[in-house]
Amino acid sequence: MALVSKNSTKPAFWSRQNISYQAYRLKHKPEIIIGVLCLAFLGFVVLVPLIQIIRDALTFQSYDLAYYPEGEVGAFTLFHLDRVFNQPISAALFYKPLMNSLKMGFTVTLIAIVVGSSLAWLMVRTNVHFKGIVGAMLVFPYMMPSWVMALAWLSLFKNDRIGGSEGVLTYLTGVQAPDWVAYGFFPIVITLALHYYAYTYLLISGALATVDSELEEAAATCGMGKWKRIWSITMPLLLPALGSAIVLTFIRILGTFGTPALLGLPVRFVTFSTQIYASINARNEGDAYVLALVLIVLAISFIWINSRIIGVRKSFVTMTGKGFRKRESDLGAWRWPATILVILFLCITVVLPLTLLLWESLTLIPGDYSLGNLTTYFWAGQGNVQLAYGEPGIIHNKGILGALTNSIKLGFAAALFNGALGLLVGYAVVRGRGAWLSKWLEGIAFAPYIFPSIALGAIYIGMFSTNIGPIPALYGTFTILILITVIKNLPFTSRTGIAAMLQIHKSLEETARVQGIGWFRRMFRIIVPLSMSGLVAGMLLTFITAMRELSLIILLISPGNMVLTGLIFGYQEQDMAQHSSAVTLMLVLIIITISVIVRVMSRKAGVGRLSVT
Amino acid sequence: MGQICLSGIVKSYGKEVVVKNLDLTVNPGEFLTILGPSGCGKTTTLRMIAGLEEPDEGDIKLGDRTVFSRNEGVILPPEMRGLGLIFQSYALWPHMNVAKNITLALKEQKLSKDEIEARLQNALELVQLTGYAQRYPSELSGGQQQRVAVARLIALRPSYLLMDEPLSNLDATLRTEMRASLKRLHRDLDATTVYVTHDQIEALTLSDRIIIMNEGRIMQEGTPYDIYHHPANLFVAEFIGDPGINLFEGHVVKGVLECADVKIPVPAALKDYEGKLVAACRPEKIQMSYKAKKGWQEVKTEILQPTGADTILEVKAGDTSITLLQSGFITLDEGTPLWINFDLDALSFFDPDTQNNLRVGKE
Ligand SMILES: Nc1ncnc2c1ncn2[C@@H]1O[C@H](COP(=O)(O)OP(=O)(O)OP(=O)(O)O)[C@@H](O)[C@H]1O
Ligand SMILES: [Mg+2]
Repeated sequence: MALVSKNSTKPAFWSRQNISYQAYRLKHKPEIIIGVLCLAFLGFVVLVPLIQIIRDALTFQSYDLAYYPEGEVGAFTLFHLDRVFNQPISAALFYKPLMNSLKMGFTVTLIAIVVGSSLAWLMVRTNVHFKGIVGAMLVFPYMMPSWVMALAWLSLFKNDRIGGSEGVLTYLTGVQAPDWVAYGFFPIVITLALHYYAYTYLLISGALATVDSELEEAAATCGMGKWKRIWSITMPLLLPALGSAIVLTFIRILGTFGTPALLGLPVRFVTFSTQIYASINARNEGDAYVLALVLIVLAISFIWINSRIIGVRKSFVTMTGKGFRKRESDLGAWRWPATILVILFLCITVVLPLTLLLWESLTLIPGDYSLGNLTTYFWAGQGNVQLAYGEPGIIHNKGILGALTNSIKLGFAAALFNGALGLLVGYAVVRGRGAWLSKWLEGIAFAPYIFPSIALGAIYIGMFSTNIGPIPALYGTFTILILITVIKNLPFTSRTGIAAMLQIHKSLEETARVQGIGWFRRMFRIIVPLSMSGLVAGMLLTFITAMRELSLIILLISPGNMVLTGLIFGYQEQDMAQHSSAVTLMLVLIIITISVIVRVMSRKAGVGRLSVT
Repeated sequence: MGQICLSGIVKSYGKEVVVKNLDLTVNPGEFLTILGPSGCGKTTTLRMIAGLEEPDEGDIKLGDRTVFSRNEGVILPPEMRGLGLIFQSYALWPHMNVAKNITLALKEQKLSKDEIEARLQNALELVQLTGYAQRYPSELSGGQQQRVAVARLIALRPSYLLMDEPLSNLDATLRTEMRASLKRLHRDLDATTVYVTHDQIEALTLSDRIIIMNEGRIMQEGTPYDIYHHPANLFVAEFIGDPGINLFEGHVVKGVLECADVKIPVPAALKDYEGKLVAACRPEKIQMSYKAKKGWQEVKTEILQPTGADTILEVKAGDTSITLLQSGFITLDEGTPLWINFDLDALSFFDPDTQNNLRVGKE
């Protein structure tokens, strides 16, 4: 039998018949429609702004005319590049912040990796005591803003340099902490490392838990020594996780704003992020865009190097909450000392800072840490002109309560949109597997990963400060905060979405299809319920990130869309330590409470039944 | 109820053509089985009928409705084709109980509450699962899950029924039982049915008609009897039957086919056949005797495999192995001489070059 001669009967591609056939065909391929819509949306919110700031960085802007009166707005120029890279001012604008950022990035990453992986090994592979509670506490920093440690540090070591009150150290001993202890590189590195270890800990303990200890045992029975075993079996399996942990931490640190601002600016220790902030505040957006682009290039090169070393396929390990216990080695006599060490570490990273913040928030006159000076004024006071510029305590403070409402709204809205977007992206990617659309979508959903937070913020200022076609200017609105949070978290949630969709065998949907069940009902009755448990975990993470985020949105907030983190930063800038401490504490408590509630509820909702094969 | 008609269907994945110009008609109410080795394109064919895959070329009609035609530019999505489909994995929704699994599609059709309830009860009764309505799929055994999948179709009452190896996940005893329940489903729904399997027993026991497929092509279509007794080519002859058919390849010398030490009679039409010839004989059709008979060939017993009611015997004529199937539980020592004879009526002859049945003798 010969094949039907191929072209004789087939209608021509551009014939009306064929076009209407193709249109009808696509109409009934939901994964393609959704894929195209998602791709268009993500292209618009990820690629367009990137192109736009490249364009803005290379053309004259109206604010440049002050320096360059003969310039023509919109004309091509290397003026910004020249200013940033090649002028006397470049040292302060670019080279110093660059060196500071890199120094900070490398040191923090190194410490975080060492601390995080040691803790991971202790918790996953040894028999330290109190694993349950300690394990839960170790990820607490993840639920706090990254600069909580910095605030606590200031409470401890603040000296008379920036005026105002002094810290606990001075109060207790009368000694002023030297500047290098109180501000600048040293405290920034310590406080950031004590926060970001939580990320490396999560990633590496996840990987350690899944490295099959049977593999190691098999190697042991082959007579391999312990170190050889670790080197040739465990390490290669851990390498992808380690690589992503390093890259992830490094990029986050490049983009972090709160801590360098709080601890660096008083001694003019400027990093990329604080310089971008300063340039934007000084209305030199051009400089800020160039700096943001450099940050992005840095981030991309790190991802690239990592993927070259580890291999592209394996190089992106994301955090999963999954952790099943594996064979533990007996620490013997070191069991208690190790336990005590971990608990001590927890005291320093979690208990101490929160206690200090609580204490700080309860002092009436700043700098006086005696019992007699305790007050609940900053929590419940009515407002008194003599104190803190007359700002009332939290529960009577309209500004704080408004920002609290905004923060919670932001958290929920971002989580909801992100969950929905993640699910749709997952659906389109998994159902469309093999087609270019699926690959592109997966790639672009991952793209925000390369934008350090502060750089993404800078990009969004550029893009949304004026209206684009029918879309009004979003700068200063609440929408832009939701948008940027959703986009920043998309790499994570789209991965959750893809993983969840991969778990749902396609026959479950196809059966419904053949039985005549339409797309919406399939989605709501089958796909959503079946992917719920994974989605909830992803959404919770988005919620937490949204509530505690500052670096991402610092450039975009204004009194009109103030959220708690921005408010705290404002209080700190005005040296109102009690207010900032009280609000921070409230924020942390709310985040923890809501995550506990969500976890308990989703466990109660019972996903046990779904374990059908 | 109506016929299913495929014509000129071509389907490829990338460069690999997995279905090659397939023409296939299933008569109204017929139970048709597509049988073939793994990877031959059975599932792909079924999914194209259901609308889950899109052919590159060709037409598909359900009744008088064209559901796919590349040339006319017609393509109907699965949800508008009005079919029932049972997957190998049953595809029960794990988060819904049995009742919800069965009624979800009925609700989509906007049937009245009473109607839905009546259909649910009726379907559960027919598959003997009354009282299991509130169970979740994970709380059911494999056989019960399969019955829920059947009940789902009974309630939906499709006029076309597609099944893709619905029994392959079950153990042997359940399979026999379930075969009966599928046959009943076909009868109760009176639906035009296409059943896909690589298990020949299922195909032979269930079908009105069988299509043997290989590498995306139809090798033969016919009733189970025809397929078994008159294989159209060597592929079908070898594929059908367990234990497998005996093949003897050789030349016709003096009116007898000589294959090494075996001599096989040929019909008058082949007496002067030149060139190579393959004779085929089913194991149970070879006559056997414990005593020498005139004109019979002597063979030696090699291996015996009694299965209870029957015994499979491997014997050797010189270096040529021959498989026999005899009823009864036979025990013999290795090397015991036996005598066999080929009946002209039980032999088929094939041209080894074209692989086709020469169709001489009994037809
Ligand atoms: N989505 C796909 N992409 C690429 N190739 C495919 C796809 N689906 C099937 N194939 C290929 O098409 C051929 C036919 O597959 P099909 O599933 O129809 O086989 P089958 O006859 O049902 O086999 P089995 O008895 O093992 O189920 C196989 O070679 C298979 O590898
Ligand atoms: Mg198959």
